[in-house]
This record gives sequence, C-alpha cells and structure tokens, in this order.
Amino acid sequence: MMVVFNVALTLLSLAVICFLYRVVKGPTVADRVIALDAIGICLAGIVAVLSIILETSVFLEIILLIGILAFLGTVAFAKFLQKGVVIERDGNH
Amino acid sequence: MNELILRTVTAVVTFMIILFGIQLFFAGHYYPGGGFIAGLVTAGAIILLLLAFDIKTVRSMIPISYRTLIGIGLLFALGTGLGGLLFDVPFLTHAHGHVMLPLLGDVSLHTAVLFDLGVYLVVVGVTMTIIETIGEDE
Repeated sequence: MMVVFNVALTLLSLAVICFLYRVVKGPTVADRVIALDAIGICLAGIVAVLSIILETSVFLEIILLIGILAFLGTVAFAKFLQKGVVIERDGNH
Repeated sequence: MNELILRTVTAVVTFMIILFGIQLFFAGHYYPGGGFIAGLVTAGAIILLLLAFDIKTVRSMIPISYRTLIGIGLLFALGTGLGGLLFDVPFLTHAHGHVMLPLLGDVSLHTAVLFDLGVYLVVVGVTMTIIETIGEDE
C-alpha cells in the first residue's frame, strides 16, 4: 500500500517540476503567476500524501492554510498586474 | 472597473478564513495552532478585504485602530503575568480549572488562553499596521 503513496508523491513532484519549468520559461508574467498558484496547490497535495505516509493528522491545517495563502497571493498579483497597485487608498477616483 | 466576482468571492471566503483563524486560536492548547498563526490568518482575511475593496472602505467596515490593538494585546499579556502576583506565586504563573457555564456546561479554562489572546491581538495589530502603512504610501 505504501508503494501507491510513494508513486503519488513522485508524480506530484514531477508535476511541480513541470510547473517550475513554466515559471522559469513562461513568456509572460501571467504564465508565471498561474504556474506558482498551481505549485502551491501541488504542495497542498504533497502535504496531504505525506501526512498519510507519516500516519498523522496534525498537518491537515497546513493544507487549508496553503490553499488560503495561494488564493491571497494570486489575487494580490493579479491586481498588481491589472491596476499597478495592490491596495487602493480610495476606490472612488 | 467592475469587480463583481472578486467581491462576491471575498464576501464568502472572508468568513471561512476568520472561522479558520478562530479554530486555530482555540485549538492551540491541544493541537497545532495558537495565537501567532491565528493572528496571521485573521490578518489574511482583512488583507483579502483590502484587496477586494480599498483602505477607506475597509476602515469603515472594521472601525478599529490597529495601533490600539497592539497596546491592548500587550496589556493582556502583562495582565495575565501580573495576575499571578496577586495570589503570591511567581510572575506569569498560570492557573486553570473547570468552570460550569450556563449554556456550555463543564468547560476547562486556562489563563494561558488570555496570554494567547494578547499574542493574537498584537500579531493582528502589527501585521495590519505594516500593510496599511505601506498601502497608504504614495
């Protein structure tokens, strides 16, 4: 049974490497942002598989945390790309 | 600029993040978590509001001075430390016990939670002060 989890871990690591290729190569900034977002989600999957391998449930908060942080970071970067500022002072102008 | 999707998602997700922060805060004694990470997650929820709206709107949503929050948090930490002195025990000695509450029944309470609340308030205050000060800069 452990072989299955190790295979899953290997495949997730390969996926991270492929996304890293897109981060390095990506012609536009948007490519890199999306690749980083996907790396974050792959990382959540790796933490999940690792917590199965280590037979512990103390890492489950980390998964939710990585999801929240990946969303926040992607939204911040998207806003920076679109508007030039991350946090506006006054939305009415 | 129409930001309907971002604002709708923010309205739903912010509550989940804040609930996750509260869960991390109260689980800190028995499970991974505690005041520090809970404060950071709560600050993350407010940062998401700042991203979806702007500083002025968020200030009217949450009319709290974050600098005052730092002071209140430090007072909480100091107060729990000094509370031990009243009972003739060393500084920062914590007490715990079981209390019968009207609605919740038998609850095990510990003064370390109040210290953790101080940590929580300081972390939220410092993070939001840093973010808002940088955001306001021209």
